[in-house]
This record gives sequence, C-alpha cells and structure tokens, in this order.
Amino acid sequence: MTVHVIDPAAENLKPPATSVGVVGWMRANLFNGVFNSILTVLTLILLFQTLPPFIKWAFIDAHWLSGDACRGADGACWSVISNNLRFIVFGFYPHPEQWRPLLAMLLLVGLLFYSQNRSRWNKPLAWAWLVGLISMGILLKGGLLGLTAVESTQWGGLPLTLLLSVFGLTAAYPLGVVLALGRQSRMRVVQTLCVIYIELIRGVPLISLLFMSSVVFPLFLPEGVTLNKILRAQVAIILFTAAYIAEVVRGGLQAIPRGQYEAAESMGLNYWQTMRLVILPQALKIVIPPSVSILISAFKDTSLVVIIALFDLLKTTKSVLSDPQWMGFSAEAYIFVAVVYFVCCFFMSNYSRRLEKELDTSL
Amino acid sequence: MTTSEPVTQPISEKPQQDDDPIIEIIAMHKWFGEFHVLKDINLRVTRGERIVICGPSGSGKSTMIRCINRLEEHQRGKIIVDGIELTNDLKNIERIRAEVGMVFQHFNLFPHLTIVDNLTLGPIWVRKTPKKEAEETAMYYLEKVHIAEQAKKYPGQLSGGQQQRVAIARSLCMKPNVMLFDEPTSALDPEMVKEVLDVMISLAEEGMTMLVVTHEMGFAKSVAHRVLFMDYGQILEENVPKAFFENPEHERTQLFLSQILH
Ligand SMILES: Nc1ncnc2c1ncn2[C@@H]1O[C@H](COP(=O)(O)OP(=O)(O)OP(=O)(O)O)[C@@H](O)[C@H]1O
Ligand SMILES: [Mg+2]
Repeated sequence: MTVHVIDPAAENLKPPATSVGVVGWMRANLFNGVFNSILTVLTLILLFQTLPPFIKWAFIDAHWLSGDACRGADGACWSVISNNLRFIVFGFYPHPEQWRPLLAMLLLVGLLFYSQNRSRWNKPLAWAWLVGLISMGILLKGGLLGLTAVESTQWGGLPLTLLLSVFGLTAAYPLGVVLALGRQSRMRVVQTLCVIYIELIRGVPLISLLFMSSVVFPLFLPEGVTLNKILRAQVAIILFTAAYIAEVVRGGLQAIPRGQYEAAESMGLNYWQTMRLVILPQALKIVIPPSVSILISAFKDTSLVVIIALFDLLKTTKSVLSDPQWMGFSAEAYIFVAVVYFVCCFFMSNYSRRLEKELDTSL
Repeated sequence: MTTSEPVTQPISEKPQQDDDPIIEIIAMHKWFGEFHVLKDINLRVTRGERIVICGPSGSGKSTMIRCINRLEEHQRGKIIVDGIELTNDLKNIERIRAEVGMVFQHFNLFPHLTIVDNLTLGPIWVRKTPKKEAEETAMYYLEKVHIAEQAKKYPGQLSGGQQQRVAIARSLCMKPNVMLFDEPTSALDPEMVKEVLDVMISLAEEGMTMLVVTHEMGFAKSVAHRVLFMDYGQILEENVPKAFFENPEHERTQLFLSQILH
C-alpha cells in the first residue's frame, strides 16, 4: 500500500507553455499541418500581389486636397472627398447652419461613448439621453431658441443616416419585444394579430414598404394633411425592423426553461414583473448575437431611403459624383462611404461582444 | 432510496385539528386534456402540520401540490388556502402565491441574478419591502441555510446542494405560511442530500407548515405528522408515519414500500 504525502510545494504549478515566442506562435497558428501551411503560403502570395499596388494607389500616389492635379494622375483622388466633405456630410442643410447637425452628431457620439460602460447606466443617464435626443431634434429643426427653422426636406447626409438609424433601432427594439411577447400570449386575439403583423411585414421587402409609406400612404390621408417624408420613412424602418427583432426575441423566449416562469410566478410576481425581471433579461441576453446582426443590417438598409428621394450619406456622395468636375472618382467616394458604414457597424458588433461577456454569469 | 436515519419520534406533536385549516382541498379533480390526473382529492392541512406525500412516478403528486399555488389549474372542486379560494381571480392567485413558498426539484434559481438578488426579488416586488431591509432579511436566511458567504456569487457557481438551500432561503424570504417541496433532493448527488434535508428539518423544528413530496423515507419517519400515499391520481392511504410504514393497509402501498425500502 502506498501512502501519498501532500507536498505543499507541488500543488500549484504553472500550466505548461505550449507556444513560446514568435516562432512558437507561427508554428501553432500558421503552420500547424500541411493544409494550413499551404493556405498560409497562398494567402501570403495573394497579399504580396494585391497589397503593395493598393497602398501605392491609396496612399503614396494619392492626391489629398488639390482638385485639378487629380485628372490623369495615377493614384487615388481623395480630393473628391475633401473638397466636397461638407456636402457629403450635411447634404442641402444651409451652409451657415451646418454647425447645428455637427453639434447634434457630436452629442450623439458623446452619449454613445459615455453609455458604453454598463456601470454608468442609471436614472440620470436615462434623463441625459432624453434631454440629448430632444436637443438633437431642436438643433436639426430649429425654429426655437432663436435658431432659424430648417425644413426637413433640407436634411441630409450623415445626420440623416444617423437619425434614421438611431431612432429606428431604439424604437424598433422595444416594439419587437412587445410583438414577441404578444405572439407568445395566451390571449388568442393578441397572438393572432401579432402573427399576422410579423408575417405580413416579413413577407415584403423594405423597399416596397418605403414606397408604400411615401406614395401609397399619403393617398389615404385627408386633403391638406401632409406627413413629413422623413417621419414616414422612419416609421417604415421601425415597423420593418421590429418584425425581425420580434422573431429573434421569440426564439430567446422559447429557450427559457418553464421552471423559470414557475419559480417567478410561485413567488407571486405578476405577468409583467415575471417578464421584465426574470424572463426577458435572460432571453434578450441569449439573442444578443442575432439581434446585433439585425441592427447592423437595418443600419445599412437605411441607405434604401434614396429611392424615396431622401438624401442620406450614400445619396449625397453619389450626387457629388454627378458633378462633371468629379465624375469618374467613384471608387474613392464609395470607399469613403464604406469606411464610414464600417466604423459604425464595427462599433456595434464590438460593443455587443463586450456586452455578452459582461452579462455572462455562468462562471 | 432511504436514508439510514433511525426512526425517531416526530419532532413535535401534530397540532390539534382546528376550525381554521391553512389548506383545504375539497373533492378536487383535474384533467390534462382527456386524461384524468387527479380524482376526488380531499385534504385538510392544519397550521403547523407537516405532510409527506409519496407514491409511484406519474401518480399525480407534483400535480396535486402544484394545484395549491395554481401552477396547475383544477377543473372541479375547491381549493382554499389561508381562507382564500383559488379561482381565476388573478389578484387572489398572486396573494396566495405570496403566502405559499415552493421549492422545486431543479431549484429554478434565476441564473442572471446574484444569490442575494435572487432572494430579494420577491420581497422587493411583491411585498414592496425596501431594498435595504430585503437584503438584511436575505442575509439572515442565507446564514440560516449556511451559505451567507456565497451571497455575491451567481447560481451557476454553486453546487446542487447549495443551490437548493438557496432556493429554500429564497422562498423563506417571502415569509410564507406554507412551504411546498416537490422532490427537493432527487436531483442531488447523494452526499448533498443530507445538507438539504438538515435545512428542512430545522424548518420543521420551527413549526413551518410543510407539504413535501419525497422518497426520503427517513425524513418522512422523523419529521412528518402524516404520510399520504398517492396512486392513479388518488390519495389511497394516509396515516401517521409509524403506522404507515409498519402496517400499510393498501396492497399498492405495501408493494410501493417494499420496492422503495430496499
Ligand atoms: N402538463 C401536462 N400535460 C399533460 N400531462 C401531464 C402534464 N404534467 C403531467 N402530466 C401527466 O400527469 C401524470 C401525473 O404527473 P405528475 O408529474 O403529477 O406525477 P408525479 O407523481 O409527480 O410523478 P414523479 O414522481 O415522476 O414526479 C403523469 O402521467 C404525467 O404524464
Ligand atoms: Mg413529480
């Protein structure tokens, strides 16, 4: 019989180092196995073929500011952006007033950045958002506090894109959650209405909804009543996105075990308390990844408002390209727009990943 | 499936029958669709009484105690809890649920809340207790189930036995008049069963009214005032533990006991 003596020094060993230094890392990540090595080499060749010419075009030979030198030059002509930046960003918003949408956007970005940290989510912050959103509206619209009124037909560019997205997504999410709850409801009428709504909206492309909102919907309004075009597009986007959110949230609700409802109800919590305090926090956490996919695609889909003649960021950029002086520089212009969209979407998905990690209570 | 506890005297004498039963079930029937799960259930539970319910799987034990707090709806007969009859009136149902604590086989803690938040949820939202007071109560009951040092953890970080003790504490925080237990130890590893039973025994010592569905016959012998045997959706036999285990009358009970006491 052997007796094991516990040696205190032997208890806590460091885990063995599997990869050391650059070579170790490369062996583990790039050249582990024949197939991966071939892939690595092929990728490197491809990069060598494409990257240097692109860098030369985009940076080394590029023209940044001068408008005239661009014609016939080899490199990229970023002047198309720099010379038209104000129009691309602000559209037809009156020149002397363009500080107002700029301030509104800075306010938005500031609030978004401040709210990133979940420990700062409290009542004052909610009020700050409310005040912030209202002042953004006042800044854009004017007509108050000595600001000259700017018709919404003149709004455009990045502020319009952000406006449609931020309001669209923040309104669509709660609406989607309510629809998902309605679809799970034991009340037949509520359930049927929600199913009909969700299926109808999901069966139609966003473009046709936008068309309907701008062309068909006004036909039903009484004579003389006009509804702001942006508002109509906004409503279409909200209704559309909410239907998709609803289905995703429903999936999350179904993943919650019955025992959770029973435990909550057996304490005497009522339906809304059960949902708000127990079920939704868990269900919404599960559906963060698919929700973010929907929010990202909804964000990009706001560019479809061009078809009802709203000048969002993509449309203002396109209009610049129709100016004879800048015709033919579409690559540069579209790369710029793509970068702006990418930055926003990257922020969203990055943030959602962090949120997921923070909300993980399994360990 | 029995614990090796010796047959001891019940902790306290059965309270006298009074005219104010805490639970009264009168000629209650329940169907799941066409299936008649509960047939003519009659039960009167005195304040402070402890009842153990046993019977084979599928006999309707869970369904019966779940009817008491309306997790299942009965179709015929009457259930009166603490003077309030269970009807479709939501307000009554919520009032009764607040008075009746329930402990489940699979604990059903809320995984997104810390232990202490699990315990304060009911008091804060149902009883409208101020947060600070609710937390003090929570800590008091966590001490009682010997788990106070885990208050800031999440349920997923606790063992099964610890989770079940938290679940018991969570029910106690609502200051219930009755506690229902639905097989509280059958999802636990054997070495954790005792720690949960100990908590239940100390609860019994304090005079809590308890209805316990369990196969822990040792617990039944030492703690119960009455043991009910259910089969085919009926209460086939009921007796004080000593007589129930030594001289079961019904042959189904004899068969069941001979299987389970091995
Ligand atoms: N929601 C339901 N719908 C239909 N039938 C059900 C439902 N819940 C339970 N049953 C059936 O009712 C009967 C009684 O179930 P119940 O859960 O009360 O049994 P039990 O005595 O608690 O058994 P166990 O010891 O396995 O927990 C079983 O035959 C079961 O299949
Ligand atoms: Mg059961």
